[in-house]
Amino acid sequence: MPPADTATLDYRRIAVFGGVYSNYLALAAALEDARRRGAEECFCLGDMGAFGPHPDRVFGLLRDCGVRCIQGNYDNSIARGLDDCQCGYTDPRDNYFARLSYQYTFAHTHPDNRAWLGTLPTELRLLLGKYRLLLCHGSPRQMNEFLWESTSSSAFLDYLMRAYDTDVILATHTGIKWRRDLEGGKHFINVGVLGRPENDGRTNVWYALLTLARSASEGLEVEFIPVAYDHEQLAAQMRAERLPDEFVATVLTGWWTTCLEVLPYKERCRGRF
Amino acid sequence: MQLPSIPLAHLDDLWFQVSGTVCNLACTHCFISCSPHNHSFGFLDFETVRTALEESVALGVKEYYFTGGEPFLHPRMTEILELTLRYGPATVLTNGTVFKDQWLQRLRVAADASNYSLEFRVSMDGYTPEANDALRGHGTFERILRGVGQLLHHGFLPILTVTPANDEDDPQLFERFVRLLRENGYERPRIKILPTLRIGAEAKRGRGYDEHERVTVEMMEGYDQARLVCNHSRVVTDRGIYVCPILLEAPDARLGDTLKEALAPFALAHQACHTCYQYGALCANASSRHRDA
Ligand code: SF4
Ligand code: SF4
Ligand SMILES: [Fe+2]
Repeated sequence: MPPADTATLDYRRIAVFGGVYSNYLALAAALEDARRRGAEECFCLGDMGAFGPHPDRVFGLLRDCGVRCIQGNYDNSIARGLDDCQCGYTDPRDNYFARLSYQYTFAHTHPDNRAWLGTLPTELRLLLGKYRLLLCHGSPRQMNEFLWESTSSSAFLDYLMRAYDTDVILATHTGIKWRRDLEGGKHFINVGVLGRPENDGRTNVWYALLTLARSASEGLEVEFIPVAYDHEQLAAQMRAERLPDEFVATVLTGWWTTCLEVLPYKERCRGRF
Repeated sequence: MQLPSIPLAHLDDLWFQVSGTVCNLACTHCFISCSPHNHSFGFLDFETVRTALEESVALGVKEYYFTGGEPFLHPRMTEILELTLRYGPATVLTNGTVFKDQWLQRLRVAADASNYSLEFRVSMDGYTPEANDALRGHGTFERILRGVGQLLHHGFLPILTVTPANDEDDPQLFERFVRLLRENGYERPRIKILPTLRIGAEAKRGRGYDEHERVTVEMMEGYDQARLVCNHSRVVTDRGIYVCPILLEAPDARLGDTLKEALAPFALAHQACHTCYQYGALCANASSRHRDA
């Protein structure tokens, strides 16, 4: 029996987005792409602001398209008027950039949108076919927990499935997509983010598409979808807003230049910096 | 006086006191007074490690940490890490002075074959030979840099772990270590700065704790327990399971013979707990720091 607040979806296909980080151009492209692929509903796992320009441009898109959203740590900070993003960097350089983008985002988020962020739930539970889905931001137990592929043992993911009584956990927060298929037909999926490329030298971003297979088994198909968008326009707008060149470089090159401290060894190795 | 009691929320991090208190160095600030002659804790048997790894699966452990003493004095350390990487991510806390290239070569292969990260945390406690060697011993500054170079050569990205017992108040400290590592060929330095634990050898070298430096029940109100290592870790030693890698010398820190027996809450009776309380997130890597939500 799923928990009482579980909503049943009569769908076969849904799209799940990770952090938007004010990248409204990528969000628009992803919404369009998901519609074209026949996604019946779109979800967003939070962190609407940060990093990019004009944070307010994200909210209209989310609401007009009826995207069902949950709250990320950034949203939580902005809504409560905290003085940082709760990413907890200790490297002074990471901290410096995190602060800059937080202050910019806070100052440019309309009070109505701040209030709206405060109303978002911190998790959603849904039923897709026979699969119980749990949508959260960092992890089911902590909004700002980083679950990286290379630092999450399968034993731990199995434990999360047991402890939270679910079959599929969908999360974001780290900025890099990954998935692991676990015993008993369970899945952990980090859907990646729309906000910035994932430190692989490519400029596209990613989201996840979940489809119930048409076969009798009704298995779950999980696909990561690359989204190309006008990243040069985004970069130009970031420059016009005087956002740091380091952020602009990430948009244009696909390599992360900041917030590197929290990357574990494997993920760090794959990047350039 | 009533003591704050910290439950184990979940066993995220399983530590192994793999080389006991045996170390090739005898740092003057070592909080468990390790040295070549301190055998209060000995090497862990390979089988003890294997059994704990097996037991840890059902408990849902997320990551494994190896410490000592100097882990690479253990004759089967390479093998232990190879085995661990089949279960999950492994981090080894080392002084960086005893690596053999042959071991690192094998670990390179094991790290590539695993889905999980193998992290090396290398201790260095001053950014000049004078500052470091005063704590870690004559000539260690150069030897540590050589160890870092060996790790880089084999494609690892060591995290320099700094306990600046003598320069705690230097606001430029982080930048100074960045510069030092860059000058030594480490293009993307990773650094973790730790507070000094005023116990063990350090209590004799520096100042010990003041009487008022204790954690009280009132202090825990509104405090995020996840910041304390004992809220999500236990340590396997050759003398049983301990609450955290810090309090090995305290008799009440031994919680049982097996992991299952060692999952009970722990009362913060010790002054070192005050340092954990103040700084939080003492032992985990930045990629998995436990922090306030
Ligand atoms: S601080 Fe580390 S390297 Fe120094 S004696 Fe203690 S265990 Fe050995
Ligand atoms: S020293 Fe730190 S980790 Fe150990 S019991 Fe005290 S508070 Fe917990
Ligand atoms: Fe986040």
